[in-house]
Amino acid sequence: MKSKTGIMKVKDNFDIWDFVQKNSIWLIFVICIVFFSIMTPNFLRVRNITNIFLQSSFIGIMSIGMTYLMIDGNFDLSMGSIMALSAVLVIGFMDYGIPVAVLLSLLAGSAIGALNGLFVTKAGINAFIVTLGSMLGVRGLVYIYTGERALVSSELAFSEISAASVGPIPLPVLIFLIMLILGELVLRYTSHGRGCYAIGGNYEAAVNAGIKVDKHIIINFILAGFTAALAGILMASRMNAATPTLGMEDHMIVITAVVLGGTKLDGGFGNLIRTLGGVLVIGMIRNGMNLLNVHSYVNMLIMGLILISVVYMDQKFDPLEE
Amino acid sequence: MKENECILEMRNITKTFPGVKALDKVNFEVKKGEVHALVGENGAGKSTLMKVLSGIHSPSEGEIIYQGKKVEFAGPLDAKAKGVVLIHQELSLVDEMTVAENIFLGDLPRNKFGFIDWKGLNKRSKELLERLECEFEPTELVGRLSIARQQMVEIARGLTQDVNIVVFDEPTASLTQEEEKVLFENINRLREQGTAIVYISHRLNEIFQISDRITVLRDGEMTGLLNTAETNECELTSLMIGRDLEDHLDFEKRGRDEIGKEVLKVEGLSKDGLFNDISFSIHEGEVLGLSGLVGAGRSELAETIFGVRKADSGKIFLEGDEIKVGDANKSVDLGIGFVPENRKEQGLILGRSVLDNLSLAKIRNLNRYGFIKGREEKLIYQDYQDKLDIKTPSSKQQVKNLSGGNQQKVIMAKWLCINPKLLILDEPTVGIDVGTKAEIHKLIRKLAAAGIAVLVISSEMPEVMGVSDRILTMYHGEITGEFYAEEATEEKLIKGITGIEAGACKVG
Repeated sequence: MKSKTGIMKVKDNFDIWDFVQKNSIWLIFVICIVFFSIMTPNFLRVRNITNIFLQSSFIGIMSIGMTYLMIDGNFDLSMGSIMALSAVLVIGFMDYGIPVAVLLSLLAGSAIGALNGLFVTKAGINAFIVTLGSMLGVRGLVYIYTGERALVSSELAFSEISAASVGPIPLPVLIFLIMLILGELVLRYTSHGRGCYAIGGNYEAAVNAGIKVDKHIIINFILAGFTAALAGILMASRMNAATPTLGMEDHMIVITAVVLGGTKLDGGFGNLIRTLGGVLVIGMIRNGMNLLNVHSYVNMLIMGLILISVVYMDQKFDPLEE
Repeated sequence: MKENECILEMRNITKTFPGVKALDKVNFEVKKGEVHALVGENGAGKSTLMKVLSGIHSPSEGEIIYQGKKVEFAGPLDAKAKGVVLIHQELSLVDEMTVAENIFLGDLPRNKFGFIDWKGLNKRSKELLERLECEFEPTELVGRLSIARQQMVEIARGLTQDVNIVVFDEPTASLTQEEEKVLFENINRLREQGTAIVYISHRLNEIFQISDRITVLRDGEMTGLLNTAETNECELTSLMIGRDLEDHLDFEKRGRDEIGKEVLKVEGLSKDGLFNDISFSIHEGEVLGLSGLVGAGRSELAETIFGVRKADSGKIFLEGDEIKVGDANKSVDLGIGFVPENRKEQGLILGRSVLDNLSLAKIRNLNRYGFIKGREEKLIYQDYQDKLDIKTPSSKQQVKNLSGGNQQKVIMAKWLCINPKLLILDEPTVGIDVGTKAEIHKLIRKLAAAGIAVLVISSEMPEVMGVSDRILTMYHGEITGEFYAEEATEEKLIKGITGIEAGACKVG
């Protein structure tokens, strides 16, 4: 039987505001390019563009893990600390050979992520508290391990990892972009991706659909730890050293990049392509301001202002508000 | 103003939301010095009516006459300023502040230096508390008071101005019996002072204790206006949930001897305070109706069987094998589907597409090397969209843009695509337009015909009687009766769900 009485409100037409809101990051992206290329002649040189990508790749790799976490409605403040830990571990264990040191660092980062995830899911403690705790705790471990000194590697082969390039593309950038594409495919086309969106979109409905919510959340915390560790290793390789204060505010910059990319803090919405936009905008601001000889503190001010205006716009045109 | 005069009249109130008529030509009036109960099941329109009164919703049709004049309040604050106070189930008090501070919150008296005039504040609060005969001090912290006393603080807050009408929205939901008594004394006192009281509840015994008149709502329509002294629980229940059978509900039922093999068996399932010693079974191809009023423990029982809640004791068997209690994703793997009462909060990922929602339960088993088999998913979608006639412009449409009935079909389809053995439907047609309702009823019978065991929980009598092969009645967490379709009558069922002994009940 066809329903005659149902008053249906179904819209499928193109909504310009919805589109602008979802893609506001690309608008900012274009504005940044126009602004900096007018202000500094060197900005659009191939060499500088490569440089922006290279500088962005460390934050970028971490933002992949963070995007996953934020889509399922969580976040991780300990990524900066994990990054530092893996950087000092990879230098510290260099004597056992590069593969062992790298593997160990990745393992340590993932393990801390797993612990974060277990505390959030099984003990039911708020992610803010859990990861704030591990942010402090892991940083403490880093200081204890290094005795507050910078560790320097004598292994030249290690520093070649981040200096290597495939064609014109530096290896860290290549790793970042490959992970980004893989990550986006996983989000779109796997049941893990669907699970993340479902959990962040409506936790209770996800549970009611038989989704193993704890498993998905723990996987994402591990991924966050893993990406932080990977970024730390590449950073250590780039400097061929590791300082205990490495990545002090990086978790905040990562969150900024992800939120700029339109991922919602309360979950259920976001993707990695737009996160790439957020990462590159931050990269351009850092790089462009540097070219303009503006002090780096001003960068922070500008990033803060952009973040708040983007989130304001985001709420103003929230597709879920009725 | 004279005694017995209507202080408030809501005339012919109609409120339509996209997809559903929430109120249909409802009349409601309150007199000075009367307690007027507003009763109905979930989704009957009680809250919507009060939202129309306070101005949160503006009515699609109809008018509100207050103190002889036509009014339209701008919102709860405006209503309060004009003497209409709404006391919600969830209190809006600040636990860490004193009683007096809470009473005058937002309008604290100040002295000439601009500081808070504590003396005046406490004195005025004391006067208000005395008027309500409350036995606690204005200087006490609100968080230390019992819920009943906190409610009195909320009432006192309303009394800072002249108040003509107090609306209590399910005030006893979180009260102990002792506290309930205190609340009723206070309501009586307000009544004696000439205040008009609107009392919203679905607990019948309270309504008989406290009210003078009763207005009954069902499905957005007003089904009765009664003097409390002249009615009884049976008549009231019948007005709340009964209705003439609709034509489309004339299905062929299975008799006593036609049942298939047992699918689900529940043995002695208990959860403290919710339900007690529940045992029953459902068979292949059978529709078992579970009838009971809100608060009887129906939904909690359903959630426990499905596994999102844990029971204190008891066993659940699926096709003879005991299943672990309290593990939803195991239940899904075993072929149990659950359509929860509250679609939007418990069933749907509103911001995701129809496709995503439809395949959500199946998705774990629709993988190759971790990747979703997209073509197969699309085929499943097309299959069920077609079978259930889900009206959506495309599979990518966000599910929040669909009408309530089509949203419910998406949830049903979500479970059908895992080929369930047992399907639990909690209030499957609440808030759904008549046409789609009929479709869902037909679908339920079709599923049973295909061999699925279906448990339908509903407070709508015609729905339960119309679709079920067998009906259980539930009251206060216990099963009170079992009837096969051919022997079930509205009268028998109402006895079961109101807990009244046989013989004591006559329905018109």
